[in-house]
Amino acid sequence: MSAVGYAAVVGQIVVVGAGAPLLTGWMRQVRARLEGRAGAGVLQPWRDARKLLRKEPITPVGTGPAFRVAPALLVATTVVTAGLVPLLSTDTPVSTHADLIVVVALIALGTLALALAGLDSGTAFGGMGASREMTVAALVEPTILLSVFALSIPSGTTNLPAIVDGAVDEPARLASPAGLLATAALAVAVLAETGRIPVDNPSTHLELTMIHEAMVLEYAGPDLALVELGSQMRLTLLLGLLSSLFVPWGIATDVSWAALAVALVLFAAKVAVLGAVLAAAEVFCAKVRLFRVPELLAGSFLLALLAVTASYFLSGAS
Amino acid sequence: MRTTYDIDVTELPLRAAELLTGGHRLALVAAHHDESGPRVVYLFVAGPPDTRTELHVRLDPGRPEVPTLAHLSFPAGRFEREMRDLFGIVPLDHPLPRRLVRHFHWPRGWYPMRPDAGPPPPFGEQEGPYPFLEVEGDGVYEIPVGPVHAGLIEPGHFRFSVVGETILKLKARLWFVHKGIEKLFHGRSIAAGLPLAERISGDTAVGHALAYCLAVEEANGTEVPTEAQRARAMLLELERLHNHVADLGMLCNDVGHGILNAHAQRVREQLLRLNAEVTGHRLLRGGVVPGGAALHALPDRAWLKAVGEDIREITDLALGHSTVHDRFTGTAILRTDAARTIGCLGYVARASGLADDARIAHPFTPYDEAGLTVPVHDTGDVLARFLVRAEEIDVSLALIKHFAEGLSAPMAVLAPAPTSGAGPRTGVGLVEGWRGSMATRVELAPDGTLTRVKPVDPSFFNWPALPVALADTIVPDFPLTNKSFNLSYAGNDL
Repeated sequence: MSAVGYAAVVGQIVVVGAGAPLLTGWMRQVRARLEGRAGAGVLQPWRDARKLLRKEPITPVGTGPAFRVAPALLVATTVVTAGLVPLLSTDTPVSTHADLIVVVALIALGTLALALAGLDSGTAFGGMGASREMTVAALVEPTILLSVFALSIPSGTTNLPAIVDGAVDEPARLASPAGLLATAALAVAVLAETGRIPVDNPSTHLELTMIHEAMVLEYAGPDLALVELGSQMRLTLLLGLLSSLFVPWGIATDVSWAALAVALVLFAAKVAVLGAVLAAAEVFCAKVRLFRVPELLAGSFLLALLAVTASYFLSGAS
Repeated sequence: MRTTYDIDVTELPLRAAELLTGGHRLALVAAHHDESGPRVVYLFVAGPPDTRTELHVRLDPGRPEVPTLAHLSFPAGRFEREMRDLFGIVPLDHPLPRRLVRHFHWPRGWYPMRPDAGPPPPFGEQEGPYPFLEVEGDGVYEIPVGPVHAGLIEPGHFRFSVVGETILKLKARLWFVHKGIEKLFHGRSIAAGLPLAERISGDTAVGHALAYCLAVEEANGTEVPTEAQRARAMLLELERLHNHVADLGMLCNDVGHGILNAHAQRVREQLLRLNAEVTGHRLLRGGVVPGGAALHALPDRAWLKAVGEDIREITDLALGHSTVHDRFTGTAILRTDAARTIGCLGYVARASGLADDARIAHPFTPYDEAGLTVPVHDTGDVLARFLVRAEEIDVSLALIKHFAEGLSAPMAVLAPAPTSGAGPRTGVGLVEGWRGSMATRVELAPDGTLTRVKPVDPSFFNWPALPVALADTIVPDFPLTNKSFNLSYAGNDL
């Protein structure tokens, strides 16, 4: 088990790390083509990263450890989460530790690190972005928790690989009202967590409307490259988690190189399709007013709550 | 049509009050340096019927002072501050005697428009900090933005005093782009003045060129042929068209609906190419010339109709999108009385219920037979400013069709060259540019060169309305509001 298991963990991290910029590039390309533009190409985020990494590192005067540590912490938490959650395989040496609450806490830790960095920069934009990001995060994290709880009730555990395993064995769980409600809730939460339209506009240059970008406005050079990579990895990770939870087929449930290879191809395909759907949906959406964002998130929280309730009553779990 | 009164300085407030209560608005204030000393011209206009009244006051060269009109008219107060910064003419008892145009690195006591000012001096000591009003209270903080922004936009510094996300007060500090245009006009020939007028604000090439030409023609006593006036009216609407289309797209972009922006910019590009065909320049430079107009081609009617339908589809899609509609509705309301007091012009005024339009008040060619209607909305929010633009596009398309009829291209219609020294030697041009009514006042020397040109862009009147509209709006709606006003920094700061 060990060689394949460890390979799966490393594979998950490498795929998320190397594929995240490609996913972002792919989503931008889909969006550009749908809007009738040529687009910069799928590789552009990697080119940007290369450009940023070659620049000299600069930190603003007066910033402390929070500002300097945040990019590394963001990437580190994401890497750990990418290793933990079942993206390619449910049977890895670390799968017993892949608890739902740990995963959500790790994601929240990354968010918090950036928010603290935003505050640490001491600029009006950093503070403003941090305040907005925390408002959003306070509503998003419980929604993620709750919607995955809804799926954990039939499995009787909060261990993510076990939940995914259960869904592969019993696909009917996903088509249940609880499964559908949880999907919808988690999808909205992922949009908010990754700063996509309609919550945030990742492509805007208008500093006053930004949420995520406002927090990281002071970063430059290699630090900015890390922050960008971290955000892209989180998007890939969350989309991957979404696909593992709701379209689990193809994920390796036993220990074999063949299953792992199939899982890798299917994971890439699923995330690419999800990304394309997300990018296409963004074309037809507009960004909602900032004060409507809590309404939207409260709505998705409600869906998650309903999912938990439905799951509890309909599955007859005791 | 234009009456001039030479009055004594002490009479000024009384005469101005009479004119303002009689339905006039202050369109322009220009200071001059004559041999005998400073002279200030106040231009009041009203219409229809087209009425223009000028008050000339001569000042004591030793103590150039005027009584302030700020309590009668808000724009007058701003013109007076501009005049003080550039000419050193002091408005007595001004309620807000702070610098306006004056760059804070200019040496104390240096006034660039004075004849003895000489070349620009090196930057001196800073004149102390800018007097921002500090708002204090629990949870109030400040957000300074600019003057260098993340996007490709002109420089302006905005300071928001905010509690939570709600704007308590916004101070817009502009005036980073002083180019000395008024001074550059001085001594040029009329023909050499035209390229300068076209470049006052790049997107208003026709508007400023036309106001300049109308003023010069009045000063020379030139009769412009009807055909040329029709061609000019058509160019004016072409300019309105490409600017409004770009604005509609960018308003959609600012609420994150990028696809409509992509399509609006596609239409704009088609219009710019049409402009290049019609005048040889994408921004319509060279179409309006002193004494006439020059056209290379005429827009195709069927093509214009198709463009109109294209634009209508874009606006319908924007208004039919619930999120976009929601973002526009009720955002940054400028009330009618506020717009009137501030002296707003153009689509900003028309979105707040004021139906002023220089094409009706001061027509240079008959507009009534063209079936000109002026769209007015009275909610004063971003939606109203969007709708006014959308409806003006339809009006402009109809006007282009009307004025293009009977024109042939290529054509260059010019009035006979003026005999030097004839005519009243001063002239005023009033034009409804795409941003609003613009005025240019010209004085000529006996040899036909320009001694003084004073252009006024509608942005000069509209800028103070932006902070007023933004009170109680949330910070993330500022870019959208700013775009819905879309004021010129360059035209504001000459």
